[in-house]
Amino acid sequence: MPEINLRQMKKDQSGTISAIKVGGELGLRMREMGLVAGTRITIQGRAPLNDPVALRVMGGILTLRNNEADHITVFVEDKV
Amino acid sequence: MRRPPAVMVAVVVHRQHVPLKNKQKRDNQPMTQTIHMALAGNPNAGKTTLFNTLTGSRQHVGNYPGITVDYKEGFFTHKNQEINLTDLPGTYSLTAYSVEEVVTRDYLVNEKPQVVINIIDASNLERNLYLTTQFLELGCPLVIALNMIDVAKDRGIAINPEKLAVLLGVPVAPIIARSGKGTDILIDQAVGQSGQQWQPRDISYGEDLDAAIMDMIALITEEKFLTGIYPPRFTAIKYLEHDDQMLKKGQQENSLTADILEEKVTQVSDHLLKTMDAYPEAIIADHRYGFIKSILRQGVQTQNFDTDRLYTSDKIDKVLTNRLLGPVFMCLVLFGLYQLTFSWSEIPVSWLESFFGWLGSQAETLLPDGPVKSMLISGVIHGMGGVLGFVPLIMFMFLGIAILEDSGYLARVAFMMDRIFRIFGLHGSSVMPFIISGGIAGGCAVPGVMATRTLRSPKERLATILTVPFMNCGAKVPVIALLIGAFFSENKAMYMFLFTLISWVVALLAAKFLRLTVLKGPATPFVMELPPYRFPTLQGLAIHTWERTWQYIKKAGTVILGISILLWAMMSYPELSAARKADFEQQRQLISVAVSPAILAESSSKSDAVSEEALTLRQKISLINRQESEQALRHSLAGKVGLTLEPISTLAGFEWRTNIALVGGFAAKEVIISTLGTAYSMGDVKADASDSLGQRLTTDPNWNKVVAVSALIFIMFYAPCFVTVVCIAKEAGHWGWSLFSISFNTIFAFLLATAVYQIGIRIG
Ligand SMILES: Nc1nc2c(ncn2[C@@H]2O[C@H](COP(=O)(O)OP(=O)(O)OP(=O)(O)O)[C@@H](O)[C@H]2O)c(=O)[nH]1
Ligand SMILES: [Mg+2]
Repeated sequence: MPEINLRQMKKDQSGTISAIKVGGELGLRMREMGLVAGTRITIQGRAPLNDPVALRVMGGILTLRNNEADHITVFVEDKV
Repeated sequence: MRRPPAVMVAVVVHRQHVPLKNKQKRDNQPMTQTIHMALAGNPNAGKTTLFNTLTGSRQHVGNYPGITVDYKEGFFTHKNQEINLTDLPGTYSLTAYSVEEVVTRDYLVNEKPQVVINIIDASNLERNLYLTTQFLELGCPLVIALNMIDVAKDRGIAINPEKLAVLLGVPVAPIIARSGKGTDILIDQAVGQSGQQWQPRDISYGEDLDAAIMDMIALITEEKFLTGIYPPRFTAIKYLEHDDQMLKKGQQENSLTADILEEKVTQVSDHLLKTMDAYPEAIIADHRYGFIKSILRQGVQTQNFDTDRLYTSDKIDKVLTNRLLGPVFMCLVLFGLYQLTFSWSEIPVSWLESFFGWLGSQAETLLPDGPVKSMLISGVIHGMGGVLGFVPLIMFMFLGIAILEDSGYLARVAFMMDRIFRIFGLHGSSVMPFIISGGIAGGCAVPGVMATRTLRSPKERLATILTVPFMNCGAKVPVIALLIGAFFSENKAMYMFLFTLISWVVALLAAKFLRLTVLKGPATPFVMELPPYRFPTLQGLAIHTWERTWQYIKKAGTVILGISILLWAMMSYPELSAARKADFEQQRQLISVAVSPAILAESSSKSDAVSEEALTLRQKISLINRQESEQALRHSLAGKVGLTLEPISTLAGFEWRTNIALVGGFAAKEVIISTLGTAYSMGDVKADASDSLGQRLTTDPNWNKVVAVSALIFIMFYAPCFVTVVCIAKEAGHWGWSLFSISFNTIFAFLLATAVYQIGIRIG
């Protein structure tokens, strides 16, 4: 399973978070929403201007701005 | 069981003293007294729905002092037990970064509710339990309301509540908050748990952290550091999570101990970063989720369908947030909202208008002439009419927003617009407040400012609050239309559109300016949730709409009433001296005696069809009347204000009479036209009969196209009306922001208007 940055993930692609390298409030906001290493995510889609991105996480959908998504790396699953 | 309303009012009045009152109650009175329960949980978990289902109409909205988050208190009786229930703001965790979190945590530790009902969205169990782990660590008596089991079932999620209860050590009641199913058992359990001792629970955070936590606990216990408020372990964990509020409180309590703790945290952080390449907060979160997963895995939750299956809501999103269709649909929805608000409210607004008109004419005929009558008509009835006349409009607007909000679409609008608004230092959720305030021309900044509540990031929210008043609200539109009609009649529609465009450009640039100066700082990180689409419930819509409308009526009603009486007094006093009055009276006499008694009688009759001579007499008399009222105005306090301002205002091309209107416009922008009317000797001019005022202005030597543009710019951007200012103070949590808004906007508008005027007269 290749490890890539969340920003590079394509629509409908799934993967498992490998690491989130950010502290402070942004880190907290991500973690409390279930974005921790080991969580499986799927890209739900992107906004009309390509940013933010919508993710399917646990039972819900979250949106992240691209520059926030940059802190997250993901082991992507091979199938699209 | 029904408590008379008076009792509820008493509770409202003493709200500020609730902590004291609660404690007394608990100390001095037996348990059969009212039980205090609090509802807490993630945003959108259904707290408000459960709250409404339980309390019905026996509730009131409060506001935490100093901050903007509403809390609601309600009462109900369960099996002869009086229960007082508080609806807390939704939070995802108890680490205090945002207002919602601070409010929730402070409420729990200060008010110590006898039991906390943690409401959990069963269709998103894992994420929701994250907050629960923190309640367990805090140790408050807890009951879990496992809500939305209907949704979970539809999604093929089966949950075993008994098992969950055993593993968490907390009662769990499956419910459907919408229908009230299961709530009886829930409240039984809550009553059973109430009044228990606070019992913090330990969750293990791995070797390194547990060791550090033990050290910190030893110190905290020894120094009795914040132990009156938080359990020692909770304090230690929040220190490790770099909780701002906790760090601040610690410094206030005992800076020596606080320093040692902070030092300890730095040590541990460094060590963890070196050995594990992770922050302590991240490790804590990992372990919390680990704890949750270990529970769920023991047969608590089973998934019957494939997890990749698209839910209905996701299918809708495929269309509504589609890159091409999404924006098109959004424009249609926003336009529809505008249509709904302005066309549906037209009829009730006109009813209210004619009602106040009728009231005015009744007062006119029934009351004896004099200052009381004048005050009642010009001050009270006109003033109140101006505000209450807006109520239907506001109500439809709020209904529309409630539908968008409750259905989940508003979050999608924010999602789609975020990229654009971020350029100006705002957030996607700022769109709605801008549109409500008049983004499509005609709206109102009061609900606009209130609508900023959907923004959860404080700086972006403040920047939005301060710039939405730049939009062309429904009260500015008639003024703008009047001036455009008078001076640019060739191209009305184009100019109207142009000025709407200018308002957007200016508002967004002003927001950018604020975010680069007074509200400087990086964008607040905001991981937003897109809730699934849901059908709004009628009860939910009704309550949402009414709550907000009522706040508007209350605020606007009281404030505007005071202001319009004040304005009336300023324009009426001091009166002309008796000699000057007598002078005008004499002029009227002179003209009257010059004609025959028959014509005099004819001219003072009510009839419109009169002879030529009688008509001339009428005109002459009314000319004198107008001159008198202009003189009176010049002599009044308002006139003096206008004259005093004239030396400065001429820089932008405004003479004293315009000044009065602009000052009056601070009370309510509607006042501008009526005041201009009075000031330019037109008598009482109504907004709809403003053609003649327009003509009057075009012929006035003090007015021309350049002055008109300068005035338009000034009116669009100067101080928001008083009601908006009050609202800003309330929503921003500080009067300072209102004063800032008044002065910043006025100075800004004046500079802009001056630039327009000075350049305009030079290039002709
Ligand atoms: N199907 C279903 N929908 C529910 C249930 N409970 C609440 N809802 C819906 O969920 C949505 C959110 O409910 P709210 O009560 O507003 O949530 P909240 O927890 O008060 O949210 P915040 O105030 O934003 O923190 C509403 O549209 C409710 O109608 C339920 O048991 N079943
Ligand atoms: Mg709520």
